[in-house]
Amino acid sequence: MSATIAEKIFSQRCGRSVRAGEVVMAPVDAAMIHDITGPLAVRVFREMGGERVFDPGRIIMLFDHQVPADSIPAAENHVFMRQFAEEQGIHNYDLLEGVCHQVVMEKGRAAPGEIIVGTDSHTCTYGAAGAFATGIGSTDMGFVLKFGALYFRVPESILVEVEGEFGKRVGAKDLILSLAGDIGADGATYMALEFTGRAMREMSMAGRMTCANMAIEMGAKAGIVRPDAATWDYVTARRDIEPFDLAGDEDAAYAERRRYDVTGLAPQVAVPHNVDNVVDVGDVAGTKVDQVFIGSCTNGRYEDLVEAAEVLGNADRFADGVRVIVIPASRTEYLKALRGGLIERFVEAGALVEAPCCGPCMGGAFGLLAPGEVSLSTSNRNFRGRQGSAQASVYLSSPATAAASALYGEITDPREV
Amino acid sequence: MRVWKFGDDIDTDAIIPGRFLTIYDPAELAKHAFEGTRDEFAREAREGDVVAAGTNFGCGSSREHAPLALLGAGVKAVVAKSFARIFYRNAVNTGLLPLVCPEADAIRDGDTVSVDIAAGYIEVDGRRLAVEPVPWFMKEIVDAGGLVAYAKNLDEVKTCSTE
Repeated sequence: MSATIAEKIFSQRCGRSVRAGEVVMAPVDAAMIHDITGPLAVRVFREMGGERVFDPGRIIMLFDHQVPADSIPAAENHVFMRQFAEEQGIHNYDLLEGVCHQVVMEKGRAAPGEIIVGTDSHTCTYGAAGAFATGIGSTDMGFVLKFGALYFRVPESILVEVEGEFGKRVGAKDLILSLAGDIGADGATYMALEFTGRAMREMSMAGRMTCANMAIEMGAKAGIVRPDAATWDYVTARRDIEPFDLAGDEDAAYAERRRYDVTGLAPQVAVPHNVDNVVDVGDVAGTKVDQVFIGSCTNGRYEDLVEAAEVLGNADRFADGVRVIVIPASRTEYLKALRGGLIERFVEAGALVEAPCCGPCMGGAFGLLAPGEVSLSTSNRNFRGRQGSAQASVYLSSPATAAASALYGEITDPREV
Repeated sequence: MRVWKFGDDIDTDAIIPGRFLTIYDPAELAKHAFEGTRDEFAREAREGDVVAAGTNFGCGSSREHAPLALLGAGVKAVVAKSFARIFYRNAVNTGLLPLVCPEADAIRDGDTVSVDIAAGYIEVDGRRLAVEPVPWFMKEIVDAGGLVAYAKNLDEVKTCSTE
């Protein structure tokens, strides 16, 4: 019987054929908790009478939102989580490795066909590895920690076929922003996005992670990129696993089929205060910016930093009066950038380079905006107050557009630099 | 009991900003609910008040602090044309009732409201508006008073692979 990838994953894990709309108590292959939402999950686990977690080897713990601790309550959260990890025998990456979604991917903790949950809405990032991965709340996670399973409604899927070739300095972030603009902030609510097509096949794993990461910005439960040779190369380099085929069937019952052609796509910018409020960069070019943030689980990978550094080129300095904050998404990506000379270039040009963490996107730790200030950010959300004052404005773009804008102090088309 | 009316796409950063996420006590969280976007809510919301909104209420971050902040403010139910998925589940799990009401546009800020879940409607300034029941598999959780109470009585769960 024909099926979407989401249906195939649930069918495989349940050992019987299940279809969109069915509600199943499905086993969970991995569960990620971090410093912000993890403490509540642990408390709930205890309130539910939990004593031992279902399988410590399937729980991924790390700290990334408030690291190093920005306050005494944050430090207390870290201590609380460390104690829980030790007591339960959970491997804790602590605050050493970076942003949760990057770390889960680069440590090989996500693979095609798996069901993964995390107490973070951008858990959908692991769809880039062909997993069904979705964000849940802390109480659901308390349940998962105890039982290793959770109720899921098997979602309908929207097939997103992406064809064509990106132009110069246009890429995955521009694609996913344009999709958010087209599908809307709730256009995929309760559904899975299944990405396929030539442009997806030719896209790097870093780019696929950017796309899967932002599925939630359309309300989607998951964003799954059809696994191919590149997926398996990435996963098998990190974990001992035998590749298998996992693709949606041509005649599967997709709720919708959407085709996009990226040929000629302009750099995209989400303007305040909604992620689906998306325009071509030219429509907002010239908007003055006070802060530029290059980083996050969406765009803090080495490849993103290379993209920004290429736009920076041989320029001496970023524009006067612009605070440029660069945060590699993980220790591994940081080291690549360091060894590649990128960090030196950014610092020379006047950027603040911070240790791997969520940074300004967390909206509480540091890098906050004052009322009236404007930020251009490579992260995933521009909600009112997301990066500080509710009277500040956040625009979202690719690393190339962010770097070009940092050079000129105003939103700038990277193709014109 | 009054209605606090909001628009479309109310995100969880608006309900409780990121800088308050080290707080877990609902009453403390409630002091910062909608801080910066609707400051009077935290000051004036009373036990039994209802939040009403348009589409996609609770979008964005998975933070469970959002339903907890509303519960701490005394809100027992949110009525919206539609909800974001994670918020909906978090609300049910924590005992905040998310009610889908196709006619939520007709609800105005400051309206007097009463909620009759068993009868499947809410009454707003004397008019009855139909609300959709929670899905069957979540009903047991609602009836138990939240997922914690539901799970306390379970020693193990049968998964789809073992049932």
